[in-house]
Amino acid sequence: MSDLIKKGAAELATLIASGEVSSREVTQAHLDQIERVDGAINAFLYVDAEGALAQAELADKARGNGSSSALNGVPLALKDVLTQKGIPTTCGSKILEGWRPPYDATVVTKLKNAGVVILGKTNMDEFAMGSSTENSAYGPTRNPWDVQRIPGGSGGGSAAALAAFEAPLAIGTDTGGSIRQPAAVTGTVGVKPTYGGVSRYGLVAFSSSLDQAGPCARTVLDTALLHQIIAGHDPKDATSINAPVPDVVAAAKSADVKGMKIGVVQELSGDGYEKGVADRFAESLAILESLGAEIVEVSCPNFKFALGAYYLIAPSEASSNLARFDAMRYGLRVGDDGARSAEEVMSMTREVGFGSEVKRRIILGTYALSAGYYDAFYGSAQKVRTLITQDFSQAYQKVDVLVSPTTPTVAFKIGEKSDDPIAMYLNDVATIPVNLAGVASMSLPAGLSEGLPVGFQIIAPAMKDDRLYRVGGALERELHKQWNGPLTNQAPNLVGQ
Amino acid sequence: MAANSRISREEVARIAALARITLGEDELTHLASQIDGILDAVAVVQEAAGADVPPMSHPIEVNNVSRPDVIVPSLSPEAALSGAPASEDSRFRVPQILGEEA
Repeated sequence: MSDLIKKGAAELATLIASGEVSSREVTQAHLDQIERVDGAINAFLYVDAEGALAQAELADKARGNGSSSALNGVPLALKDVLTQKGIPTTCGSKILEGWRPPYDATVVTKLKNAGVVILGKTNMDEFAMGSSTENSAYGPTRNPWDVQRIPGGSGGGSAAALAAFEAPLAIGTDTGGSIRQPAAVTGTVGVKPTYGGVSRYGLVAFSSSLDQAGPCARTVLDTALLHQIIAGHDPKDATSINAPVPDVVAAAKSADVKGMKIGVVQELSGDGYEKGVADRFAESLAILESLGAEIVEVSCPNFKFALGAYYLIAPSEASSNLARFDAMRYGLRVGDDGARSAEEVMSMTREVGFGSEVKRRIILGTYALSAGYYDAFYGSAQKVRTLITQDFSQAYQKVDVLVSPTTPTVAFKIGEKSDDPIAMYLNDVATIPVNLAGVASMSLPAGLSEGLPVGFQIIAPAMKDDRLYRVGGALERELHKQWNGPLTNQAPNLVGQ
Repeated sequence: MAANSRISREEVARIAALARITLGEDELTHLASQIDGILDAVAVVQEAAGADVPPMSHPIEVNNVSRPDVIVPSLSPEAALSGAPASEDSRFRVPQILGEEA
């Protein structure tokens, strides 16, 4: 039973399709693992054992009826920022504690239609604001590689669930790096698709022009299979791109980089990047070169302004989006004694319901958008966005993809940066330019530094997501030869903790 | 508060009130100094671009999207009200929004 949890999604799907194991057995094995290890990891905010087993039975029936889904019956962990009908959805916040959405996100509808079994909802920084999952109102998630360390954020729960073998697949969302940074520090794979590539319907909005849901897994092919299922045009999301989804599964399988031009972003290296991170990055480049790719240096001079622009644009959009948590239509209501006004109740509810990072960003965003400061802050940030997008377009005239380390450091200790917002924000320095321009990006494991995972970031032009999988697949194939399989197989055995 | 600070404690209090977030004295002091530090760090964007650079609000070209005016199934009143803190007669029940005198 227990060796089922070590298998990847593609292999599990094959075993289920052939009838060698049932989805029910696979699902139960993962529920058992959650039972065994999640006390130590806290990856899940809610486990829907009954619902998952019911979905598994449906998947087993669908197999009998000849389901054509590539992931029929395979379990998945869903970040708690996407709605699933009838299942508690908190976004890691007290303000939504106990809320059960009356509808499914489009991503969830697509997963259900594909027979993917949703095990439960994963922990995250409150409203996806953070890089460590320490901002969750429900306690931090711990990194399976070292439980004293952060699993990244905001999607630390989804990444930790993969690394702890609680699920072979997960959904994350990425506004400034919340899929890729957790993937990097947990030794897993995560993709932020092109903006508009995956529907945002039912994704609780943080920063609407940056938010993007995406696939997470332990291998590039598993990630591609999930990508193919959740991507595509959705009339319910006005920013959804109405174009065919790039064939990411074929790209992952081809894993051919011969003749590709790979640009190393000069601005995403040097000061602040740990030696172990820089070393693994250099080794990965050498592998890609040996496979026939041409490595060139590329300069993106405006990336140095990206962090500043992001921490104005994202809080500004958040200050508007989070106005919906007004204690009137759903969630928490505090202080309604019959005498207080709606505004007083609203202000008291938001004081109690929001954590400090969310308050910090709402106030920062409200300030940046206010009369007298708008041009100096929000307006300037929007211009930086133009410059960064131009840097990308110029780079892509010379190269097919760009690469960098995903994060400057390996996972840091829980508590180390939790009251220093600027130090925390620097974790995202290499991932943020991607969201500002809306391009596609992957993080995959490049190896270990002092026993902790290092991530390799690939960035492709908009709607060229397939290139991520070609390059990632090629690098992974060589690294798996060195490691005898996925890096997560080297993670400490958590059983018994 | 340092003389060269970008934002005063009073201004943070005013903004918090606009954002409908009550803040205790200690929280206000802590947040004000952090927000001042963040504004200092992000002000770098002001050096980046001249007046000739157009602002960008969205990564893809956004067009108005419309659909045929056809009635499709939607949430029932019960489902829409299912998460409400209080409801009455198929409506959200909210605290008073106008003063007693109004």
